Amino acid sequence: MSKIKTVSKTAKDPDEEKYIFRLFVTGILANSARAVINIKEICEKYLKDRYELEIIDIYQQPELAITEDVIAIPLLIKKSPLPEARLMGDLSDTEKVLEGLHLFN
Amino acid sequence: MSKAQKPKSPKFIFPKCLTGIQGLDDITTGGLPKNRPTLLLGNTGCGKTIMAMEFLVNGIVLFNEPGVFIAFEEKTDELTLNVKSLGFDLDKHIKENKLYIENIHIDRYKTIETGNYNIEGLFVRLAQAIDKVKAKRVVLDSLDILFNGLDYKILRSEIKRLFSWFKEKQVTAIITAEIGDTFLTRHGLEEYIADCVIILDNRKSNQITTRRLRIVKYRGSVHGNNEYPFEVNEEGVTVFPIISVAAQQKSSTQRISSGIADLDEMLGKKGFFLGSSILVSGTAGTGKTSIAASFATSVCKAKQRCLFCAFEEAPNQVVRNMRSINFDLDTFIKSGLLTFYYARPTLQNLELHFFAIRKIIRDLKPTVIVLDPITNLMTEGPNSDIRSMLTRFVDFLKTQHITVLFTAAITVGSIERNPSDEGISSMVDTWMMVQDIEVDASRTRSLCVMKSRGMPHSNEVRRFNISNKGISLSPLANFKPAGLPNAKRSAKEHENLSTSKASIGLKETAR
Repeated sequence: MSKIKTVSKTAKDPDEEKYIFRLFVTGILANSARAVINIKEICEKYLKDRYELEIIDIYQQPELAITEDVIAIPLLIKKSPLPEARLMGDLSDTEKVLEGLHLFN
Repeated sequence: MSKAQKPKSPKFIFPKCLTGIQGLDDITTGGLPKNRPTLLLGNTGCGKTIMAMEFLVNGIVLFNEPGVFIAFEEKTDELTLNVKSLGFDLDKHIKENKLYIENIHIDRYKTIETGNYNIEGLFVRLAQAIDKVKAKRVVLDSLDILFNGLDYKILRSEIKRLFSWFKEKQVTAIITAEIGDTFLTRHGLEEYIADCVIILDNRKSNQITTRRLRIVKYRGSVHGNNEYPFEVNEEGVTVFPIISVAAQQKSSTQRISSGIADLDEMLGKKGFFLGSSILVSGTAGTGKTSIAASFATSVCKAKQRCLFCAFEEAPNQVVRNMRSINFDLDTFIKSGLLTFYYARPTLQNLELHFFAIRKIIRDLKPTVIVLDPITNLMTEGPNSDIRSMLTRFVDFLKTQHITVLFTAAITVGSIERNPSDEGISSMVDTWMMVQDIEVDASRTRSLCVMKSRGMPHSNEVRRFNISNKGISLSPLANFKPAGLPNAKRSAKEHENLSTSKASIGLKETAR
């Protein structure tokens, strides 16, 4: 499990609010590797310095699959800001990802 | 395929997993394919979840095989409550770590698809659940929810992967799904992935719902091909493979008195066989209930228990009427030997009556049961569903070695053309007919034994006397030996004259 943290500036306006993501992956599968690359790209491009991404390998932490009710893998959960959003798939459809995260300009 | 499944000797037996569900193990000749997935299909409310749950609970209780239930539809507490009425104590099994229920919630609207994915999450959770209780049995209820929430193409291959994963994991699985229009399942899965496919059906005809079960496919094994009726009652699921039950029952050579010495005389001098089924049919007011009461009295006198199911007269009315012909039923009710079950049958709850009676039988363990009259259960005329229900009931009684006496009311002149009566008479062992016949210009009750399997019986038509001393039979004076056709003819004449009311009048005076 790797944790990528970027130091956030104090969130004052909504645009500056910090994004917290949880990405559920399965270590060995190609889909998962792609999803990690894709989310990192999107975050760096649109949410630079104001996101927190936690990558969870459900083989390592299977109990989290239950708590978060995970079936489809990869699964990206946007924990913050609310409302929570769940995106399944390798996140290759950038447009849909941005739409799902309400990040379109 | 694992090594265990490869035939090693000519006596190869396909490895099977007993379900413990009454009847199902008979028609599958030993249960579901072991360590393989079985598809259980059917429409909403036909008993899929209950049957699947019973498979798990039986596994725990009867075979010490823990189980996992993956619930896509119901939550654990709902599920626990729903099956409580069937006597399944899920909480207990969960506490003892024999059962694990996992709720999986799939909400399409909350989840956005952004590319390729698989359902590895389900695999991880399943593996975790199986390891947790060391499960040998798994249920997925139901597949459709999964399909509603996820992409069809991805899921199709994932389900295929899941089914072979079950084999790897060495668990016997039941996967439930709704039945489709063109394919057996809505998603056409059965063709290639399931080793065994069972269809449940809930059919309604003449306002009676009958549940049926059919095995569509069973790779590597013989199985019953028919549709089998099944019931869900307070004891769980029971499938009725009629033939197999009937074939297994043991026949008694012991005899039981009818309570009428003269009748015993006609029945090979000894009376009925213990555990046989007896039918007394006759027109209104010919004394069918009296014969039944006489039998009940005789049974109770021998300190045996009797259950009297009255579908026409209320118990106290039967008691009063029978007192007038010297049968003191009241004493036996008080001493607990005689139990009355009184109900006005309606078609809608016919099945429920049988449940109720069956429950009483299990508690009471009677030697004899009287159903008076069975024709009240058949008010809609001949109906194969009612007949099969009755056949099942008679089969059940036979397996319990209970002697059953039915009475059947037939209308005057309808002896030849009453198919419902014929329907019953073919399933009984002893059939007696009571009739009003004309002898010397006066109406007389008569009795003859139409058939009695496995014993020599009299072919004589006898005068049937009911008096305040009880019932007796005497030879018919001035009556031709080939009396039956005459009797029928005269009965028909009576019908034309509509004298059935007069015969009821006669009965009253006789009392």
